[in-house]
Amino acid sequence: MRSVIDILDLKVEEIDELIDTALDIIKNPEKYNEKCKNKKLASLFFEPSTRTRLSFEAAMIELGGSVIGFSEANSSSVSKGESVADTAKTISCYADIIAMRHPKEGAPLIASMNASIPVINAGDGGHNHPTQTLADLLTIYREKGGFDNLTVGFCGDLKFGRTVHSLINALSRYKNIKIVLISPEELKLPSYVKKDVLEKNNIEYSETKSLEEVMPQLDILYMTRVQRERFFNEEDYLRLKDSYILEPSKLASAKETLSIMHPLPRVNEISVSIDSDPRACYFKQVLNGKYMRMALILKLLKEAGRI
Amino acid sequence: MNIDSIENGFVIDHITAGKAMKLYDLLGLSDCSCSVAIIKNVASKKQGLKDIMKINANIPINLDVIGYVDPGSTVNIIRDGVIVDKKTIEMPEKLTNVIKCKNPRCITSVEQEIEHMFKLTDKKNKIYRCIYCETKAN
Repeated sequence: MRSVIDILDLKVEEIDELIDTALDIIKNPEKYNEKCKNKKLASLFFEPSTRTRLSFEAAMIELGGSVIGFSEANSSSVSKGESVADTAKTISCYADIIAMRHPKEGAPLIASMNASIPVINAGDGGHNHPTQTLADLLTIYREKGGFDNLTVGFCGDLKFGRTVHSLINALSRYKNIKIVLISPEELKLPSYVKKDVLEKNNIEYSETKSLEEVMPQLDILYMTRVQRERFFNEEDYLRLKDSYILEPSKLASAKETLSIMHPLPRVNEISVSIDSDPRACYFKQVLNGKYMRMALILKLLKEAGRI
Repeated sequence: MNIDSIENGFVIDHITAGKAMKLYDLLGLSDCSCSVAIIKNVASKKQGLKDIMKINANIPINLDVIGYVDPGSTVNIIRDGVIVDKKTIEMPEKLTNVIKCKNPRCITSVEQEIEHMFKLTDKKNKIYRCIYCETKAN
């Protein structure tokens, strides 16, 4: 059974195909509004989420399907000690496809190994979040017309930021991409990502602590939040949380064509006064995420022979 | 020092000097009542020094453990006092329930029934990663 746990589960050609489907959905939404009629998405969220859960649910509803599930672990049998494997086997009897978020890394993989229906990883701890990456890729495609020859700056928490690792992985498969890593020392991109992804794919990259210094080079600035839930130590979180705050003055040297992205939610790392700047793309990312989730649900249900 | 020949069992030879005890632990031999001889720092033409382990029992041996701890070791299988097979052990592509993931954020840290599985991601540097969270084995 085909599932999507990691962005690398999808070949570049498959991502291109999902982008094409998403663009067609945007152009002809009425063509898709009964594609998943009588099909059910199980939305299994073991930790809180606004965007991802509602995006999956809206995606399925717009495809004419329906949604069952839970939005926190306390309202499921997990609170009675049920394993992820048993939950996946049970839900397979009720639904056609699963979207799962779990605080523990690898839980959606366990689900996919035990379910008889496709599983989509909707975020597992600080590990993978492939549909956020799909949202990011569609946003880059729509803003820039493609992926080649871009200089992409990642700023903030590059250590625990799962969206950063996934997007770097995805972008490393395109031509002449340059990556600029902007973070405090403690939140630098893990060395295994640099070695196994950037160096292995001969991607040009640089590391800096100064956002202002590299701003003029960037075609895309991908901001991230320092996430309280990823720290075991509150002191470290408080010390690092305000490392980078994007304010209008910092954009003075930026390109007119810069695209500012953020996986959201933001706390204070992008000033609200930037929201009206035409270079701000983070709410477009949210909408693009829904289209890509629609495209992915369609692809996996088709491959599973369920539509 | 005299160690009797083995009638039925295994001789693990060409173990890198100093690795025999780790092998002994990971093979779970401390829980076995059979005779086990560990000979450390034996002179070797090829290796300089090596360790040798003799297990005098026809018990199941997980060759993946040997391949993980010390690829290149050899295993001689002995039946009725005669070597019936000799294998050079290579690094396995996958390890199942040999080592545990130490990442507290990994699903294996909370669900006890899950098999601890690692895959070989970098043969040159002998790096295994947990298949669930991708944390490096150490």
